Amino acid sequence: MQIEFTHKQSAHCENGVVSNLMRHNGFEVSEPMVFGIGSGLLFCYIPFLKVNHAPVVTYRAMPGLIFNRFAKRVGIKIKREKFSNPKSAQQRLDENLEKNNPVGLQVGVYNLLYFPDEYRFHFNAHNLVVYGKENDTYLISDPVMEQVTTLTEKQLQKVRFAKGAFAPKGHIYYPTSFPKELELKSAIIKGIKQTCREMSAPVPIVGYKGIKTISKLIRKWPKKKGAKVANHYLGQIVRMQEEIGTGGGGFRYIYAAFLQEASQILDNEKLKELSKEMTKIGDDWRDFAVNASRIYKNRSPKEDAYNKVADELEAIANSEAAFFKKLRKAI
Amino acid sequence: MKKEEVPQDKGLLDSAQTKELTYAVDENGEYTTELSSGWDPKTIALSNAIKDIEERVAAAKERVKNNQTSPIEYYMELHKMDLPILSSYVGLWQWRVKRHFKPKVFQKLNQTTLQKYADVFDISIEELKNIP
Repeated sequence: MQIEFTHKQSAHCENGVVSNLMRHNGFEVSEPMVFGIGSGLLFCYIPFLKVNHAPVVTYRAMPGLIFNRFAKRVGIKIKREKFSNPKSAQQRLDENLEKNNPVGLQVGVYNLLYFPDEYRFHFNAHNLVVYGKENDTYLISDPVMEQVTTLTEKQLQKVRFAKGAFAPKGHIYYPTSFPKELELKSAIIKGIKQTCREMSAPVPIVGYKGIKTISKLIRKWPKKKGAKVANHYLGQIVRMQEEIGTGGGGFRYIYAAFLQEASQILDNEKLKELSKEMTKIGDDWRDFAVNASRIYKNRSPKEDAYNKVADELEAIANSEAAFFKKLRKAI
Repeated sequence: MKKEEVPQDKGLLDSAQTKELTYAVDENGEYTTELSSGWDPKTIALSNAIKDIEERVAAAKERVKNNQTSPIEYYMELHKMDLPILSSYVGLWQWRVKRHFKPKVFQKLNQTTLQKYADVFDISIEELKNIP
């Protein structure tokens, strides 16, 4: 059985799944719109959680939050289910496909065989859509892939029951009820307000203050941890920024795209200007990645080099602090 | 980032025959999307992470040979896992998994426990006991 489903590639998995599921149900909502309304943009340093032997830095909201906030703000309802038993998890998935209902799934990346080996890490917050089943093979729309793909029953079971941090536990989700028209205007304002609040939070590990904290740590790492560990940590920051869930630089551009779209819907010229400013900040993040990658490319760099990239991050923190102040005033 | 600046470096996505979608501005300053084949800073970061894992695997192998640890640690590194991840896959406390790293304790493990580890690593008990 195969549901008529249009696969559209996206820059980030959760936004992409939501945008694709919404389109399937007759609502054209772009990926940046989902991201902005769902207040997806964030910066958070989680010192006590380690992934791949390095501390975690996240550039986006927790998995699942974007869809939850989006749903609440535009007035749709979603159903989420988790399972302890893989058999009932599969049954529920099959039931939905029989009812012509494509569903979103949270999965682990490590056993997603259609990813290149190098990309397969134990990261459990990836999202995709299952839109059909032929014999014992599921038809998969993975939003970060150009084309649709497939997974066998056994392969899908494995990724649905991956273990570790954010274990998906067979998690499936889909929208169940829709308003006549989406409440976009008020949703956009609520989404922006929350992002401004979070990015200027008076907490040393969140928002622009979190970026400052990381910048200070980068200065200390080479002395405290030695060049090898310092390089590994710095590499992880760049990977989380640019690759694991298409992070910092990428997210800044998605957010800028959202502000541009929002400026039209709200008829607010200021948002368009701020979109340009956010694009510039995204460029700064990418410059940081370029310079950081130079450091760990030649494996024993001078200490000065760390200070230089730390300076760059500090400058980014200052521009973001100023940016979100202006954004708060603009709406 | 301007549309024509979207990096088209040789990345690691070639083998999967896919490209990444990125957001960028066109000549009129309007946001649009563009495919990217890869970006060097990202590829370097990823390659470094892979190199790091390879080093960890080689080191673990050496320690198994010198009878300083059990093959479980070797397979854990090989599968890019750490202690919390392996412990949740086998369903045992972290301190128990850590104890099973001791060669002496490993020798005495019963079939059921060995099978648990073998299943997680998708190998036979025989392979678990003798690393390549």
